[in-house]
Amino acid sequence: MRLAVIAGPPSAGKTAVVRQTIRALQDRHRFAYLKIDVVRAFEDEELAAEFGIPARKVYSGDLCPDHAGVMVMRDAIAWAGEEGADLLLVESAGLCLRCSPYTTQGLGIAVLSAVSGTNTPLKMSSMLALADIAVVTRIDLVSQAEKEVFRERIREVNPGLDIVETNALQGTGMRYLLRAIEDSPPITDPDAIVLRGAPPLGVCTICIGKTEIGWQHHFGVIRKLEGADYLYRGD
Amino acid sequence: MNPTPIREITVLPGRSRSGEPERFEAITICPGDTISIVGPTGSGKSAFISDIEVFARNDTATGRTVLVDGEYPPEEFVRDPAHKPIALITQNTQCLADLTVEEFLLMHVRSRKIEDEEIVSRTIGLANEFTGEAIRPDARMTALSGGQTRSLLVADAVLIAAAPILLLDEVENAGIFKERVIEVLRAGGKAVIFVTHDPLISLLSARRIVMRDGAVERVIEPDGRENAALREARRLDGILRQMRDEIRAGNLITGSVGV
Repeated sequence: MRLAVIAGPPSAGKTAVVRQTIRALQDRHRFAYLKIDVVRAFEDEELAAEFGIPARKVYSGDLCPDHAGVMVMRDAIAWAGEEGADLLLVESAGLCLRCSPYTTQGLGIAVLSAVSGTNTPLKMSSMLALADIAVVTRIDLVSQAEKEVFRERIREVNPGLDIVETNALQGTGMRYLLRAIEDSPPITDPDAIVLRGAPPLGVCTICIGKTEIGWQHHFGVIRKLEGADYLYRGD
Repeated sequence: MNPTPIREITVLPGRSRSGEPERFEAITICPGDTISIVGPTGSGKSAFISDIEVFARNDTATGRTVLVDGEYPPEEFVRDPAHKPIALITQNTQCLADLTVEEFLLMHVRSRKIEDEEIVSRTIGLANEFTGEAIRPDARMTALSGGQTRSLLVADAVLIAAAPILLLDEVENAGIFKERVIEVLRAGGKAVIFVTHDPLISLLSARRIVMRDGAVERVIEPDGRENAALREARRLDGILRQMRDEIRAGNLITGSVGV
């Protein structure tokens, strides 16, 4: 199974990118989808209805949603495997932009909008620095010079980052992202997956730098994919 | 900055919105060409230039394919803006960059690895030939008017991006000196494709692509047969421009301004 983690600010077009990915690759791959959000999310129901794929969500409540995502990701890989999926897409809530929820053995996709302002790539630098590929959406709304200046800002943060420009509603330019997803190496040992970087601030074991995925490796505020309350509650 | 000059771009047919195959064999665009895309709102004009801009490969809603010199373009043409031979100026007349004009252009110059920083003032100078309201280097991009933004982005496409093919989406809407723009683009040997509702721009173009229901319906080459209409459009445009200037200046137009 392959894993792709999709991060990016709210309303950047993450779900539109997911939707185009599933649409283009559904004949060749069996998808599973997990959405992580804070209090409400609808993407799982929409994608399940539209494509008939196994999809679910986790609400993080009081906890940082990226931390919640890390906590449940090991469970999610097992769940996707049970569902017979060979491509698991995990979509972050995309809130404070400090976290970088990408893991080893998976593709890290950062989604950002071309109309979000020149300094946005700098503001979300930690999210870009550890990604494999940046998807710039709403590219149809900006002219050539603006595209290039925006791209330059992304390169300031991560000079080697692969950049895909797309109008994600139409799906233009997506072929390079699709290729990157299909070319990314599959998971070899799910128990060895770790976060690529340590998220900031120490309020739980993930915050203080433990990078193993799965609640089994953590203590304090922990959560499983199955059977938890509707929302996280701080200890 | 343009190491591989291109000879031509070919658009291969796709489908109309109702699924009918388009009836042209191929549309070829060469340096120096002027083409206008016309048709009612919603007929697929912007989608046509968008296909060219993204080098469609039967992977857009229209199903068209775009070739460069008869082949699928190399990946850097599509993905690396510094190698991309096409610049699109969108209908959007607001630039969202939180930078001054000078910073914005310098950043673009740097991303293109152009050594000559004089190019920034030349670009602002050229932009000021396209607009009546002078653009200052220290103005903020977000504070420019629609006409100023459009003028600057066209000048940038000519000098900094130096793209051999320009796609202009309803350039006339922003109140810029359209004839001067066309003159400069022609003199520079650029291929220019206008999406337009403007009679003068349409008549100034050597070829006209007529859109309907998402598809190319006709390709017209007037070949001089519209010269009388062009003269008339010029005269009317001159009258309207003078009236506009008078009105903007706060004057009362009591006499004829006929040219």
